[in-house]
Amino acid sequence: MNHAVQSTEGHQQHPLTIYLWIWVLLFVLSAFSYMVDYFHLKGMLRWSLILIFMILKAGLIVAIFMHMAWERLALKLAILLPPLCLLVLIAFMAIEGDYTFLTRGSAFIR
Amino acid sequence: MAHDAPAAALPPLKQVVSDFAADRQSFQVPWGKAMMWIFLLSDTFIFTSFLTGYMHVRMSTMEPWPNPSEVFALHLFGRDIPMILIAIMTFVLITSSGTMALAVNYGYRRDRKNTVLFLAATAALGATFVGMQAFEWTKLISEGVRPWENPWGAPQFGSAFFMITGFHGLHVSAGVVYLLVTAKRVSSGFYDRKGSYETVEVAGLYWHFVDLVWVFIFAFFYLW
Repeated sequence: MNHAVQSTEGHQQHPLTIYLWIWVLLFVLSAFSYMVDYFHLKGMLRWSLILIFMILKAGLIVAIFMHMAWERLALKLAILLPPLCLLVLIAFMAIEGDYTFLTRGSAFIR
Repeated sequence: MAHDAPAAALPPLKQVVSDFAADRQSFQVPWGKAMMWIFLLSDTFIFTSFLTGYMHVRMSTMEPWPNPSEVFALHLFGRDIPMILIAIMTFVLITSSGTMALAVNYGYRRDRKNTVLFLAATAALGATFVGMQAFEWTKLISEGVRPWENPWGAPQFGSAFFMITGFHGLHVSAGVVYLLVTAKRVSSGFYDRKGSYETVEVAGLYWHFVDLVWVFIFAFFYLW
């Protein structure tokens, strides 16, 4: 963890090659997610591939481009933990959306 | 920050406890960076609220959701290519993220010329992205997409589309201005006199966040 020592001085200087590699990876992952649509993949395969590529891209951007991997744990926890509350919102709204759909289905019979 | 030297040697969790201990600075980063992260955290909540609202209307509508693959297809070289404009926009934004990372890196190397060059390239790519988005909006509006109706199905499609991509486009536009101001300050030697290029990294955080949000919009709105 000698990187942690480095970041205490407020410096985030890393070799250029790291950025170039991540850049290439992001390109490849974006191409893969576009391919998912281009080849009309369907169902669970489509959704799981979309989510995997999305999470990998998001992780690379936050960890390397935004330098989160080299920050101290205090900042990581303060920034990365609160968004987990949003999972509760998403779960509630998914249940609510399902309920609204069923209510509409039984109320507006066509 | 000499008093922090022992804390860095602590195991991670003890370091967190020590960092959050009373009567001292919690985040051992420049205040601008800590505040930018907190702003981005609040922005995360805003964008997630939008995307969750979109999820809710898409789940609850009785009409079929328009197929984004067909809606965003472009007629090129004599055939319809699905989603090609969105794919190009994605690549433009990722490229801009790469040039931004290089700008931050050159800033820390005190390489003023390259920092300005890559900041300007990032701003230009951002402006290209907004331009393509304006083209996309124009195309959809001319095809009859409105926040309350569209020719293909669920009327909520339009409102979700305009709200989410509009708010993101606003962020990109603001980012272009932000980057140009930063580039001007770099070229005038402002950060050399200040003795620190951390402000360039803070601008980079904002720009990468805009790219990050696009990753989620691309996955949930365009590909889902």
